[in-house]
Amino acid sequence: MKASTGLNQAASETDPASAKSGNDEFVWTRKHLLGLEDLTREELLHIFRTAEGFQDISTRSIKKVPPLRGRVVVNLFFESSTRTRMSFTLAAQRLSADVLDFAASSSSLAKGESLRDTVRNIEAMGVDTFVIRHTAAGAPHYITSCTDCHVINAGDGQHEHPTQGLIDIFTIRERKGRIDGLNVAIVGDIGHSRVARSNFWGLKRLGANVTFVGPTTLVPRAFQNMGARISHDLDEVLKQADVVNMLRIQRERMTSQVFPSTQEYVRLFGLTRERLRKAKPDVLILHPGPINRGVELASDVADGPNSSILRQVSNGLAIRMAVLFLLNQTSSKDA
Amino acid sequence: MKSASPEILLDAAGIAETLNALARKVFDALPDGVPAAVVGIRRRGEVLAQRLADALHQLGAEGIEHGTLDITLYRDDLAELGPQAILRKTEIEFDVNGRYVVLVDDVLYTGRSVRAALDALVDLGRPKAIRLAILVDRPGRELPIQADFVGVRVPRADVPVNVYLAESDDIDEVRMG
Repeated sequence: MKASTGLNQAASETDPASAKSGNDEFVWTRKHLLGLEDLTREELLHIFRTAEGFQDISTRSIKKVPPLRGRVVVNLFFESSTRTRMSFTLAAQRLSADVLDFAASSSSLAKGESLRDTVRNIEAMGVDTFVIRHTAAGAPHYITSCTDCHVINAGDGQHEHPTQGLIDIFTIRERKGRIDGLNVAIVGDIGHSRVARSNFWGLKRLGANVTFVGPTTLVPRAFQNMGARISHDLDEVLKQADVVNMLRIQRERMTSQVFPSTQEYVRLFGLTRERLRKAKPDVLILHPGPINRGVELASDVADGPNSSILRQVSNGLAIRMAVLFLLNQTSSKDA
Repeated sequence: MKSASPEILLDAAGIAETLNALARKVFDALPDGVPAAVVGIRRRGEVLAQRLADALHQLGAEGIEHGTLDITLYRDDLAELGPQAILRKTEIEFDVNGRYVVLVDDVLYTGRSVRAALDALVDLGRPKAIRLAILVDRPGRELPIQADFVGVRVPRADVPVNVYLAESDDIDEVRMG
């Protein structure tokens, strides 16, 4: 009598151990990762918990686990990238997937094949996941309509770069122990930055206060409508910041109309050791790379104790392994 | 499925007694001069391994390391599990090379979890030897795997065995059916 009621209770109760270590009941259902804008808090946390399980694999002698054995991941890059592509390749290989690289410059696209035909032809070879980078915002979303494969956005125009956003937020969480209530400043060419957008959506969902910082020409007012704070005064923002994410200033922008002279940018928005003295002593410095040393970030700050820049790179593998793993656990044939 | 009301195989005192006897068997078999470790398979093996390590310490064993293995990535039913598969951290902070490792789980049934655990463990290094300690041995093996140290054996394969432990379930109890 007592035993049978006990059993029923045990079956329906929430398990305190799972409450401690996160929600074990959560079931991942998303087939693609196109952006962080529509991810729920629970989905973000589930990716982070999964990534924690992958972190140690990169430090052991056999850096490979079997879950994607027999699966094929295709890097479909229509825009140059070295580190993101390498990171995705290594992440897929550590999960035992096979990886194909497709570079647009040397491909059939140069011969006039449409994006749709390219994707369908590659899919016909029996692949499972497309990792796509494209200059056009929305290209990964379009590709989901041409294929049954999983699609991961590795950067589309100025829209989103979700895995970089996840990496930055994961690194903040690891170093600070939380996201909720943190003041995060994102500094640089906000208007053109997909990294800024992905960071913003994820950070906002997890309860951080995000401030975009940069010259008026690079931080459009429209960003206020997203729910971000806007500032053109880095020194003022630094006083309150728990985290400063310094975006790369793209060289091609330095010579354009929207950009002051490089010296002026460095004077107003470059993070130097002197400027850092105004910040909290434990302020965390991030940079998604590649760094222009001496422009947005001084060398001694980039290499200093407040910086987690190289940690971002190693966390990148864990995050990308987690995303590849989670998407591939959902069936690719049903939406 | 015949569903009679579940029978309590072990209560809290029974589990404590069984674990103590299990610890004694493991202790008596510890090799001289070889570093040893107790490694639990997530999740209930994790709790049992912790208790076993404590019991071994009380019996006078010294320097026994303790760790937890997550076998999700090595399961042969990962494809069927789909999104239900939850990956957690493997927490083994010591070098498994040359170590005598006692693998711990709550129930040994098909043997598939243990197969996955063996694969996960040897990817971390080359232990001197691996032994298997189990709280409940239920018939129904699908792989040639047997335990070296057994708490209790149940005679029937067709009755499920569920282990509840205070650390994760608020109660210490082993139920059949």
